[in-house]
Amino acid sequence: MSLQEFFHMGGYAVYVWSSYAIALVILVANVVAPILQRRKLFSQLARRQRRERRES
Amino acid sequence: MLRFFHQLGSPKYFYHIAGRWIPWLAGIFILLVLAGLYQGMVVAPTDYQQGDSYRIMFIHVPSAWMSLFIYVVMAGAGAIGLIWHMKLAEVIAISSAPIGASFTFLALVTGSIWGKPMWGAWWVWDARLTSELILLFLYLGVMALYSAVEDKRTAARATAILAIVGVVNIPIIHYSVEWWNTLHQGPTVTKFGAPSIDLRMLIPLLIMAVAFKLFYLLVVLMRARVEVLQRERNAQWVRELVDAP
Amino acid sequence: MSTLSLRRAFTLLLWRDMLLAFRRRTEMINPLLFFILVTALFPLGIGADPALLRSVAPGIIWVAALLAAMLSLDSVFRSDFEDGSLEQFLISAQPVSILVLAKVIAHWLITGLPLLIVAPLLGLLPDLPSASIGTLMLTLALGTPVLSMIGAIGVALTVGLRRGGVILSLLVLPLYIPVLIFAANAVESAGAGLPITAHLSLLTALLVLSVSLSPLATAAALKISLS
Repeated sequence: MSLQEFFHMGGYAVYVWSSYAIALVILVANVVAPILQRRKLFSQLARRQRRERRES
Repeated sequence: MLRFFHQLGSPKYFYHIAGRWIPWLAGIFILLVLAGLYQGMVVAPTDYQQGDSYRIMFIHVPSAWMSLFIYVVMAGAGAIGLIWHMKLAEVIAISSAPIGASFTFLALVTGSIWGKPMWGAWWVWDARLTSELILLFLYLGVMALYSAVEDKRTAARATAILAIVGVVNIPIIHYSVEWWNTLHQGPTVTKFGAPSIDLRMLIPLLIMAVAFKLFYLLVVLMRARVEVLQRERNAQWVRELVDAP
Repeated sequence: MSTLSLRRAFTLLLWRDMLLAFRRRTEMINPLLFFILVTALFPLGIGADPALLRSVAPGIIWVAALLAAMLSLDSVFRSDFEDGSLEQFLISAQPVSILVLAKVIAHWLITGLPLLIVAPLLGLLPDLPSASIGTLMLTLALGTPVLSMIGAIGVALTVGLRRGGVILSLLVLPLYIPVLIFAANAVESAGAGLPITAHLSLLTALLVLSVSLSPLATAAALKISLS
């Protein structure tokens, strides 16, 4: 299959490539979400611990 | 081996072990998914009936399999957490829900996109698609209930009950929808997945299925670690982690 | 005070709930009104073509019954939760699942049975054939208890929550779908003269399953919600 044929997908390019694009977005989102959550949690906890140290 | 599982019950131990596994899982997943995609998109031949549009199957079918698999794991982990009061089981259960919902959504969307050239419509009340839609609601229900209950320990136990009730109902729902569908047979019959699928199409399908399972494992461990930190935030080991990232 | 026998506790609770509901008769009307309204609203929305109405009526009536059942669910445990009696049930010597069974049966008698009684009238509106109306009543008789039983699990999970009613529908709807499918289809098939034994057997199976298992799940959910 030539590269052009590959992208063309027998005329079904829109359908096939949009499916794969959506899949990529969803998979990436699933990986990014816990990373962001973790950062947020760490900054929250760091702030809390700094506050506690100041108060003590 | 038994000692491993016993130690796994400790959140701190789990946190560190999972942390070591994650890079490996990510690496193997990437290798597998690239292999699967190459096999599926380049090597596998064009289908004589559906042309190249069938290649959506390499995403759609593994997603659907994962959506079911994850629900069962979620219910099982929930049951374990409920019966043996294992914190880790509760964490795995609730960490699995958004991942399962994502796969369900992906299966629905790719099924719909695949359906457009095949059946001429963006949505058909096909038995499997309809069942997937109901499964999505089951997942959303679990996630909604968990966020609505303040105390996260109570939330975990309530969602465990819900997940168990859901998992018992899944075969019933699936059967009733299939039954309903055969009575109102649409103009076309879904007949992909004929008894013998070409090996060159089957192999990438199976590779993608395994790849997705690894992906689930990867992401559930990532989510679970964050959940563990959240739950154990007052513990000494978490405080030390925060102070020295 | 000596402990009650299980049977006596069951009957007492059933009777008590019926009595309390009777004292608040007007509340019983709401789900019923909803049922009637929704069914009456559909022709206004989709046009009064008799053939169309006759063909969609079984589904519409059953969806309306389902929604009315969902609407009425909140009352199963609400008042007992608010005045603290629910906690008393949980710490009593009786097995909670049996007490739950009594409450849910009472709830069905109060909210489900009226639907059953009104259904034939609603069946006349779209001019359903009499075979269909008979089947409609039969499916409602078999199906609405299942809705109450399964619904009680959802209520038990959400009773302590501030906006539990919103989530309740989401939790309970997927579980209601098999009942809807078998029941509405039975009514349709009966109207077309087709056999309905399969549908009725499946509905009966769902009834038996839900009566035996859902009180256990409901009891477990109550203990968790009130912990």
